[in-house]
Amino acid sequence: MKASALKLSAIFVGAAMLLSACGTANPTASTATAISKVGTGEGKLSLLGWPGYAEDGSNDPKVDWVTPFEKATGCQVTFKPYGTSDEALNLFKTGNYDAIAASGDATLRLIASGLVQPLNTKLIPSYKGVYSFLKNRAWNTVDGKSYGVPHGYGANLLMYNSDVVKPAPTSWNVVFDKSSAYKGKVTAYDSPIYIADAAVYLMAHNPELGIKNPYALDDKQLAAAVTLLKAQRANVGEYWSDYLKEISAFQSGDSVVGTTWQVIINSMSPKTKVASVLPTEGVTGWSDSWMVASNTKHVNCAYKWLDYIDSPKANAAATEYFGEAPVTQAACQYASAGFCDTYHAGDVNYASKIWYWTTPIAKCLDGRTDVQCTDYAKWTTAWQEIKG
Amino acid sequence: MTNLTVQAKSQAAVSPARRISSLLFRKPKLRLGLLLAAPLSWLVLIYIAALAALLVTAFWTIDSFTSQVQMGFSLSNIQQVLTDALYRTVTLRTVGIAILVTVVDIVLALPIAFFMAKIAGPKLRQVLVIAILMPLWASYLVKAYAWRAVLSHDGILQWILAPFGGQTPGYGLTAVIITQGYLWLPYVILPIFTGLEKVPNSLLEASSDLGAKNLMTLRTVVLPMLVPALVAASIFSFSLTLGDYITVNIVGGASQMLGNLVYTNVGAANNLPLAAAIALIPVLLMFGYLAAVRKTGALENL
Repeated sequence: MKASALKLSAIFVGAAMLLSACGTANPTASTATAISKVGTGEGKLSLLGWPGYAEDGSNDPKVDWVTPFEKATGCQVTFKPYGTSDEALNLFKTGNYDAIAASGDATLRLIASGLVQPLNTKLIPSYKGVYSFLKNRAWNTVDGKSYGVPHGYGANLLMYNSDVVKPAPTSWNVVFDKSSAYKGKVTAYDSPIYIADAAVYLMAHNPELGIKNPYALDDKQLAAAVTLLKAQRANVGEYWSDYLKEISAFQSGDSVVGTTWQVIINSMSPKTKVASVLPTEGVTGWSDSWMVASNTKHVNCAYKWLDYIDSPKANAAATEYFGEAPVTQAACQYASAGFCDTYHAGDVNYASKIWYWTTPIAKCLDGRTDVQCTDYAKWTTAWQEIKG
Repeated sequence: MTNLTVQAKSQAAVSPARRISSLLFRKPKLRLGLLLAAPLSWLVLIYIAALAALLVTAFWTIDSFTSQVQMGFSLSNIQQVLTDALYRTVTLRTVGIAILVTVVDIVLALPIAFFMAKIAGPKLRQVLVIAILMPLWASYLVKAYAWRAVLSHDGILQWILAPFGGQTPGYGLTAVIITQGYLWLPYVILPIFTGLEKVPNSLLEASSDLGAKNLMTLRTVVLPMLVPALVAASIFSFSLTLGDYITVNIVGGASQMLGNLVYTNVGAANNLPLAAAIALIPVLLMFGYLAAVRKTGALENL
């Protein structure tokens, strides 16, 4: 019996070694060029995006901006929602999707793996109306080539329970240096990208570290951010990645201060007194881009979709449903009254305080060439270490 | 002669089903093989193959930027898991929680199971068994979220404890132990109950006839006979706690267990090879534990 078990495990391990040794995949960078003309639609379009980015009325009959597009272009849309940027990357790699709405922590990885093609923005008429501060940025443009058109943007704000947190904070120090006052009731976003929030804070308070861009941290700067976050960890009640979890924690009083999204503030029950602020140090945020797959068979339909989603009416519907600022001023006339003010759409001063999510890469995004920066994998390891 | 022809005729008229059944009757090994084919292929394909895939994946690596899996042989993940302080801390924390949950459950289960097996009448016993199985009808998630509400700072526990100067433990490791202790309690009570039922009442009477006090009887007669049942019960609570990551996500506050590391490496970091390497820790721990308890004969009690 023992001998046969031994033999079995030997075969098992042997097979494992054999399997693990086969084949190495090498990623290749894209050398493709943008198309020069948009023809008639191919009849089909498969999209990948955050939940609520392409609604066709099947979730809520009143929410539908996909059907008008289908009627106008003849492109039948199928939509697959994803939960995290990393899941999006995995799904997109299958090659089953023609276009993707990706956040800045995924876009550079999509471009580097050659999964998306450069865009000819002249073929996208509504792109002209898009706020210029969203165009040609580090997360959607590489080597002067544009790879994505904006969908919507927003900021990660500081939210606090105004009954407990007094006086009203104007700085992130209530969740960092002074977080011990709310020990056990501080909350933070549960993702490696949250390290950038600490970097934004250090940028203002520890200028000697020389951080110029919160997504371009060398080893020393990352270590400083990790130290700050480890100190914060002692006072954190819980981390959130599901926005419903943060809503419930604030409503029950288990969390009283922490980072948040505008849509969470809007969904809080009026019984809980919360307020939010854009702290003086500035904030991190997101600006999502629609990108077209490099191997798509439906490139015309994809371009038509990119044009459609940036057109005022569709963009107003999509961004208002999700809870983020639209990318064009013309959208405001189609949105509910006050929507553009709540989300500070087009407010250049507000937008300039936002450090949009960008994938940290080894080649420093702030232009430094004398050092290597820490990449996303290092941030992931650091984040697990911080949580301990 | 006539007898023979009749037999031949009836054999020709025999149905295929009958022929198969007589074939199976003549060849017992074939019979056994067919009987076991389905469960065995399930075991090999689903269970062993999945474990093998896990082992193989642990030796692959990942391109840090594009997060593409590189299929080559490398020990870097295993090395990282073995040498990084993070994994040691989390492993110790997870094992600690699993042990505490097991101890709490056994302490709670022993008197209940003893009452059910030795004191309660047959009617009451039935009611109790149903009552213990009842929580299993509700979804795991519902129960975990119920505890999130109970343990909250404005939850029912705070409300009950406040007049006595107490306070809810809030979300954290204590909350994880309480919630998991609750979730796995039925799995612990039932094996102990079955174990106690096997202890004949006559032994207890004999012990007391010979002058042993209740505690003495419990210690020298009941407990030794109960060891296999206790071990069987502990396998349930220990292994279920070891692999869990949802409860700690819901009531664990900011803390993480091995399951969370696996989850974030698959979900957020997209690093399947490292996740596989981490997942080997609970697998090895469970193998070690099972090997140790095999000797006690507890496995026959499952």
